[in-house]
Amino acid sequence: MDRLPKWADAVLVPLLSIVIAFVLSGIVIAAIGENPLNALMIMIDGGLGSTYGWGYTLYYATNFMFTGLAVAVAFHASLFNIGGDGQAQLGGLGVALACLFIPWPNWWLALIGATAAAALFGAAWAAIPALLQAKRGSHIVITTIMFNFIGAGLMLYVLKHFLKPTGSQDPSSADFPAHLELPKLGEILGAVGIPFSKDPPVNVTLLIALAACFLVWVLIWHTRFGFALRAFGKSEPAARYAGISPVRITMGAMLISGALAGMMSINNVMGEAQRLVLNSSEGAGFIGIAVALMGRSHPLGVLLASILFGFLYQGGAELSMWTSIPPQLIWVIQALVILFTGALDNMVRIPVAAAFRKFGKRRT
Amino acid sequence: MSFESYVSILDSTVRLGTPLLLACLAGLFSERSGVFDIGLEGKMLVAAFLSAAVAYTTGSAWLGLLAGIAGSLVFSAIHGLASITFRGNQLISGVAINMLASGITVLVGQNWFHQGGGTPALSGAARFRDLTLPFANELRDVPFLGPIYAELISGHSVLVYLAFLMVPATWWVLYRTRFGLRLRAVGENPAAVDTAGVSVVALRFAALAIAGVLCGIAGSYLSTALAAGFGREMTAGRGYIALAALIFAKWRPWQALGSTMFFGFLAAVSIRYPTIDLGVLVIPNEFMDNLPYILTVVVLAGFVGKAIPPRAGGEPYVKER
Repeated sequence: MDRLPKWADAVLVPLLSIVIAFVLSGIVIAAIGENPLNALMIMIDGGLGSTYGWGYTLYYATNFMFTGLAVAVAFHASLFNIGGDGQAQLGGLGVALACLFIPWPNWWLALIGATAAAALFGAAWAAIPALLQAKRGSHIVITTIMFNFIGAGLMLYVLKHFLKPTGSQDPSSADFPAHLELPKLGEILGAVGIPFSKDPPVNVTLLIALAACFLVWVLIWHTRFGFALRAFGKSEPAARYAGISPVRITMGAMLISGALAGMMSINNVMGEAQRLVLNSSEGAGFIGIAVALMGRSHPLGVLLASILFGFLYQGGAELSMWTSIPPQLIWVIQALVILFTGALDNMVRIPVAAAFRKFGKRRT
Repeated sequence: MSFESYVSILDSTVRLGTPLLLACLAGLFSERSGVFDIGLEGKMLVAAFLSAAVAYTTGSAWLGLLAGIAGSLVFSAIHGLASITFRGNQLISGVAINMLASGITVLVGQNWFHQGGGTPALSGAARFRDLTLPFANELRDVPFLGPIYAELISGHSVLVYLAFLMVPATWWVLYRTRFGLRLRAVGENPAAVDTAGVSVVALRFAALAIAGVLCGIAGSYLSTALAAGFGREMTAGRGYIALAALIFAKWRPWQALGSTMFFGFLAAVSIRYPTIDLGVLVIPNEFMDNLPYILTVVVLAGFVGKAIPPRAGGEPYVKER
């Protein structure tokens, strides 16, 4: 098959895919009797039209950066971690335990502790599927799917029997101590003189997410482990021949992946809700799949795709407020993005490659 | 515990196991042909929605069934297009199908009925009613066998009997027909099938179409027989449990009957006894609900016999390299 220029592979194909996904979503919107252009305007206005909208967009984007990076790291080792949602929920348990039972003197010490707990719990939830894949060859996709369900059941049990305050009917934990509240982005920017709405829940975790993007980039392309990881992902027999241990790579990739997914919970559990609720991740683990596919598993791509999906989430919420379109529209868009950037990639790629061939000939 | 309550638990085992069985057989056809199908959940969901919606609009459960099958077939076709024609990643395609189904059912449902993504309650001919087998009422008072016949064997919707008939039918197709032989071969070694002059693409599309029909019936059963109408996300992970049952059954039809009924039994027990007090320890409801998933992981780990999937599963077939 023809090789596309690097820029076309990294930018043009995903961009075309998302345009197709948007056009199809527009047709869906038109089919249920709403004006797609009007809907798009509401989404842009609601998601990007004010610092308030940007705040929510970036809040969602923070979640998706973590889950997207989680999927991306595993992708580089040719492992498909569908369990990001379960790992994120378990990470939430780690955050809740750290915030509720350790008397932290201030928020930033608590943030360090909660981050460590979130990463640890998320990694632990990925460890069993990883070990089964590495040692027994059990298909990681199926085991991580099963662990999503088991994780959801475990969270329900823990919340109902242990973390729920006595007398409460609602299966969620007690509120975290007030002094552990994380600084909002609006407060941080306000301190340096940039006016930004203080209402949206976007908080200091955004900076951790950006740091995570950078660290993952360093890990994948500038460390010995990252090299082994990519070699293993490209060809397991070749990697094995070169003395790279499949068990070490599988475990390493999945533990990092689980830890990243778990760390999402500092944003939503500690940053926003200030307590642990049922299904705290709200499907963000699955959006990570779309984000990683769109971002071509590159941290910069993941960062940009996260902002796009954050915008879709905030825009979709606004849309459901002003029109009769329910927020589930986002699931449709997201599914189409996954379909076109992930599974139907060749459908976009083959015509693009043909076009490049034709164009190339004319020039020579 | 009385004899009647045993019978009644087994009765709900059959009711709850039927959608799992149909979806599991759907997965069996698809995966035996070498196409992983984690989109069972999405296909069932779409079928459940369309069945209930059309049954409500037309007043006929049978038209609902047809609509459900049609919807499920469309999703099968998308999966085929992505994973067979364009040789994309079958797992990613499955994830996309499940998401698309959860989104589009609510989107269209909300627009159609304005009831939060669900359909209005179905009644009368818009539902599949329970059939009473001959002499069921007369034989009810016969000790032991009477209640078993009247409660357990009689008194299910026609789709339940259809599902049970699908088990020997699947076995026959798979092991006693030319199509079945080729289907199994294409899941193990597609190159050999191709060399023999048989189209890999056509076989895999045929398998996906059968899977679409079976998922369609499963979804239709959920919304027009087991329940009276569609509620959002009503499949509630059953597609994944069916997938688990398929692994449990090691991709074989009779074992699929066993594993789906076993998982149906777990669900029936969990509904009837939210907590099980064994004296020394109390088994919580959450554990019972998740037992299918936990057991599947144990089976996958190879601690209880090794589950080996069809060898060519998940690999798109490339004719020439």
